[in-house]
Amino acid sequence: MKKKSIVILCLSVVFAVVLNLIAFVDLSSAGVNYGGFEKNIRKGIDLAGGSVITYKASIDNPTSEQMNAVEAIFQTRLNSAGLTEARISKDEGGRVTVEIPATGHDENAEGSDMRDTHTAASVLGNVAKLTFRNAAGETVMDGSAVKKATYQYGKVSNTGIREEHYITIEFTSEGATQFADITKAAAGSFISIYMDEDLLSSPRVDSSYASSGITGGSCVISGGFETKEEAQLLANQINSGNLPFKLDKESEQTVGAELGDDALPRALLAAAIGVLLIIIFMIAMYRVPGLIASLSLLIYVGLIGLAMGILHTNLSLSGIAGIVLSIGMAVDADCIIFERMKEELALGKTIKASVDAGFNKAFSAILDSNVTTIISCVVLYFSGIGTVVGFATTLGIGVILSMFTAIVITKFLLKQLVNIGIKNRSVFYRAAKKGGAE
Amino acid sequence: MKVVESRWKFVAVPAIILVLGIVMYIVHGFNFDVEFMGGTRMEINLKQEFDNDEVAQLIQDATGANTKVQHGKDKDGNDVAIVKMQATEDDNAAKGSAIAALNDKYKQTDENGNVTEITEHGNVVSASTASASFGKEMQKSALLYTLIAILCILVYIAIRFEFKSAVMAVIALAINVLIMAAVYSITYIPINTTFIAAMLTVVGYSINNTIVIFDRIRENMKGRRKNTSVTEIVNESVKETMGRTINSTITTLITIVLIYFLGVSAIKEFALPLIVGIIAGAYTSIFIASSFWAIWKESELKARAAAAAERRATKKK
Repeated sequence: MKKKSIVILCLSVVFAVVLNLIAFVDLSSAGVNYGGFEKNIRKGIDLAGGSVITYKASIDNPTSEQMNAVEAIFQTRLNSAGLTEARISKDEGGRVTVEIPATGHDENAEGSDMRDTHTAASVLGNVAKLTFRNAAGETVMDGSAVKKATYQYGKVSNTGIREEHYITIEFTSEGATQFADITKAAAGSFISIYMDEDLLSSPRVDSSYASSGITGGSCVISGGFETKEEAQLLANQINSGNLPFKLDKESEQTVGAELGDDALPRALLAAAIGVLLIIIFMIAMYRVPGLIASLSLLIYVGLIGLAMGILHTNLSLSGIAGIVLSIGMAVDADCIIFERMKEELALGKTIKASVDAGFNKAFSAILDSNVTTIISCVVLYFSGIGTVVGFATTLGIGVILSMFTAIVITKFLLKQLVNIGIKNRSVFYRAAKKGGAE
Repeated sequence: MKVVESRWKFVAVPAIILVLGIVMYIVHGFNFDVEFMGGTRMEINLKQEFDNDEVAQLIQDATGANTKVQHGKDKDGNDVAIVKMQATEDDNAAKGSAIAALNDKYKQTDENGNVTEITEHGNVVSASTASASFGKEMQKSALLYTLIAILCILVYIAIRFEFKSAVMAVIALAINVLIMAAVYSITYIPINTTFIAAMLTVVGYSINNTIVIFDRIRENMKGRRKNTSVTEIVNESVKETMGRTINSTITTLITIVLIYFLGVSAIKEFALPLIVGIIAGAYTSIFIASSFWAIWKESELKARAAAAAERRATKKK
């Protein structure tokens, strides 16, 4: 019994150490494929740099199908703009939040600075409704006739003089017939192509088409594009279809990547020193049980690190604050239990009886106090306010895990300690000095 | 320990902080961030000396938006101008003209005639904009969710303990929340979404302390003898739980204080109110919640005893 308990305690120490190594250190060289904390969490914009933009639907009470369509279209548009890391979340009330992490730190590198995310973002909310209008301004055909738009570079026609960026539009079979009809009607005049209310191109339809219109099922938009990106973006917008309504930009936040660079390492350092100080404090206050609490605190830290990594939690500054706070709160349950044990010991009970009574009597206090914290986490989670949700998630996971480590792991380890059969009561508590206060 | 008897003395400390908070609120109000008020907030590194009022005036003239400017530091310790502009019709355009105006004034030409311009890309460290309606909605939902959380906690305590405990716990909470609001007003820390997170953390955490004490009172009340007063029970319970309350407050404070000293400025702004809130939480639950509960409970028991005595008296007749 005694030997077995000593072995179990030693194994627990090894377990705690290995758990923390796996959770926080990249061990890929040692054959562990997990890669550690920093590789697995998703850094929020305030840690990684980038932009957070919130759009709001211009109509009241959009349906969830409409919002799903919006999300899909946003995703396509962001992907085609090369912003594959972007994350989209939507909430009630027709709000869509897009987080675009900064892709690089090199300020001079093309295509990796914030202005790219800025242009992409500025057109995200556009309806992107393509219309073909006749010279009188009447809409004669819309984007539904389009099968595919492709970006191209070169001379638009054989007679063209210069090379330029342009888009070729292929029509569906019905679209091709429609296009032939409208060009027939517009022969000798213009067909204007509009994106929302922006005129893209206004090609002349030669009067020779008066008999049959333009057949062949395609047309070209050219003349207005200064850069490849501009033409490419438009082609993508046409391909991704049109939004059911316009979305207005409501708020935008941009953080330089270099600003966030420091935040995570410094918070992790604070957490590491914090854990160390708490261990010293707990041992000073509670002696050997304090040591046990420290061991289960270490297991807790490893578990929460692993949980965050495995769930690929989106970690922002406030999320880190939530974790660090939960570390401080994790030993709270231990404090309640150990204070209770001390009281029982002071009443003259045996060590074993005191440990049991300590846990039993402390349980209701631990449960009630943690449940209230969980309640506020749940309410926060449903608030849908970006930074607050992150905080609620990490604190909530932390509180639940810490209840587990305090009630299950600390209890288990203390029982092993009792089994070793220590007779010396001062190992467990500092007896009140004779003649001391009360 | 005569916590119950000296309860009014203990009220003095939070009262002083609150009065100070109100005074500072009258002096300069709250520092609402753009998330709550709408508008634009930018941190601009002008790479030279500047005068707050001058920069503010410059931007105000260029954009027509009411502008406030403060000095701040970025993480490398460089001086930055923290510019806050009120919401306009088109915040993007306003941002552009503000930077253009700053460029006119602060672009630098070296002896070779090379001009270093002030640009959004090169000088703006961080920026955020929000429309005025978005700000209002944030204010509303922040308040709403805090109230919902408090209400849920109240219901839970009323079920697990009794209604009186729930009321006292919530009053203690309200005092904590007000003290934190006072801290925001005294220190002029910007109020943004992390403010809500900080508030709710303190709501959740300080209720912990109150509950642990009420839990002990609940237990001690069960074994109460006729001649022991509620006051004595509460004093005893507070004394018994004092060690735990102080120790776990210390362990929680250890991590937050470290975060305050080691964290980046955004985290510092979050950690300071939390530190105050957690200390306040321990204080109010030790000295205020249970002591006023004792008085309330005692008066109820007395009223009940008096009613019972009266019933006996009428029976005898």
